[in-house]
Amino acid sequence: MKTLIDIKNMYKIYEMGSEKVHALDGVSIKVHEHEFVAIIGPSGSGKSTLMNMIGCLDTPSSGEYFLEGINISKYSENELAHIRNAKIGFIFQQFNLFRRLSALENVEMPAKYMRIPREERKKRAKRALDIVGLSDRLNHRPTELSGGQQQRVAIARSLVNDPPVVLADEPTGNLDSKSGEDIMNMIKELHKQGSTIVLITHDIDVANEADRVIHLRDGKITLDKKKGAN
Amino acid sequence: MVYSEAFLSAIKAIWAHKMRSFLTMLGIIIGIFSVTVLISAAQGTTASVTESIEGMGSNLISVFVFDKRANLNERDLSDIENLPGVSLVSPYVSSQFTVKSGANTVEGVETIGVMEEYQTIRDYKISAGRFVTESDNKKRIRVAVIGSEIADDAFGGSSGAVGQELTIGGTKFDIIGVLEPEGTSFMGNLDKIVLIPFSTAQRFLQDTEIRNIYVSAESSDTVEMAKENIENYLIELTGATGDEEKEGYFVYSQSEILENLNTVTGTMTAFLASIAAISLLVGGIGIMNIMLVSVTERTREIGIQKAIGATRKDILIQFLIEAILVSGVGGIIGLILAYAATGPLSNIIGSQIGIESGVMLIAIGFSLVVGVVFGIYPAIRASKLNPIEALRYE
Repeated sequence: MKTLIDIKNMYKIYEMGSEKVHALDGVSIKVHEHEFVAIIGPSGSGKSTLMNMIGCLDTPSSGEYFLEGINISKYSENELAHIRNAKIGFIFQQFNLFRRLSALENVEMPAKYMRIPREERKKRAKRALDIVGLSDRLNHRPTELSGGQQQRVAIARSLVNDPPVVLADEPTGNLDSKSGEDIMNMIKELHKQGSTIVLITHDIDVANEADRVIHLRDGKITLDKKKGAN
Repeated sequence: MVYSEAFLSAIKAIWAHKMRSFLTMLGIIIGIFSVTVLISAAQGTTASVTESIEGMGSNLISVFVFDKRANLNERDLSDIENLPGVSLVSPYVSSQFTVKSGANTVEGVETIGVMEEYQTIRDYKISAGRFVTESDNKKRIRVAVIGSEIADDAFGGSSGAVGQELTIGGTKFDIIGVLEPEGTSFMGNLDKIVLIPFSTAQRFLQDTEIRNIYVSAESSDTVEMAKENIENYLIELTGATGDEEKEGYFVYSQSEILENLNTVTGTMTAFLASIAAISLLVGGIGIMNIMLVSVTERTREIGIQKAIGATRKDILIQFLIEAILVSGVGGIIGLILAYAATGPLSNIIGSQIGIESGVMLIAIGFSLVVGVVFGIYPAIRASKLNPIEALRYE
């Protein structure tokens, strides 16, 4: 299977006054195409830092990050913006939709930054909203949608540029259990359709929905376990 | 993002805060309004003064002699008249008097002693009667040609005035003619004058010296030559040498007066415009202020934009277009208001004011520049936000 994410011996060190904090302390992870991986750890474990690294929002202090075989650890801010745009689909705990825009316009945004012509963009955004079952809510604003619906719009947005990786950060953290279940089912369905999913959570029940669970503590991987394996 | 898209989303962002955007715009509206109105008013006034000077004839040359050694007499006048380039010469002496006719009194009337030639030199038109003649001058008779305002005020119109008597400073004069209305200019009210024969004026004013003459050149092409010849004649007459040469007299052509005037009004316009430009500066600072607030308010939004792939340039352009749009629309509104104000203002100032297309372009250009200058810093700040921190911003 093709390796999608290949993180080699990654460190992220913050200086807090005179103290050095190792948010990531020699992390190495490989994620293959079509995998569904959960990264779990308590707060302070470095999982947010790892998510920022995988999502190309941050650069490591040392170590390398190969995404689809390309080393992007030394990419400039501008290059990383393009990588995020094309390669990563973000799903956030807070949904992070644009309040002033309709569901359709929200989903269009990544395609806009990719300079996809208006007509094509609209077509793609509508298709993405169709996948998440919101074809009848195209012109609703986030404030006119329930939490579950908002997260579905966010999922549609993460899919619009057809990125190789979907990165979900506590996607159910702000939802009631029923909506959370729906969202998890939707993510599993996406995985079934062939998407590669990286899920960051502190909730073991959510993590156990994935095929593979990576435990993180104090910036180190303590366990990397595939479902079914012992 | 494509520019047209950025433009549309900027309109949305501005519309989302209508009141705030309008108040921000108001600074630019006031700035552009005042700059445009002041420049146009100055231009309008200059144009009307220029017109009135040009109306005096482009061939006109005024001569003032201070040097006591140059006691001009009638032979000098005819010598000057014979100088190459010179067409006509008239001496000029004036003083202010109160004039009376029966019960009517007009105060502060410019009473001027002139020769027959003065009518042609100044291009005066007669609406009734006749002008001062050579024989009037020879006979030193007490006759007067009056301006239209005096005719209206003292005799109820030009037709009734000729043949009537007029008392100037206690001396009786017969009215022989009335001038056509000339209007008011920077030189004063041209219709509130009385013209009398020069020789009569000399005796009347007890002033036999000729210090002031008006000359008309043969054509506008010979003005410079005539001016030079008159200057040389006066230098010879006074016997002045060296630096003294230029100190004994003034010889002005119309174009020189215009030039001086344009320098003065130009400085004046620039001064007024720069005062008005300060309000534009304040408007610009207002834009910068509100844009900085807007960047802070939208920090999280900017974080999301960056996460889903917006580059620094995308963010920069988005905020810059917003600033330019606020200032540009403000500029257009300011210009429209200025245009609306020119009508009433023309009435107040008394000269026709219009906004030249050049001024319009400068006003719009200026407001756009203000948008760029004061919008660039907030836009750069927005573009440089760290996406991780911006996403965490509450």
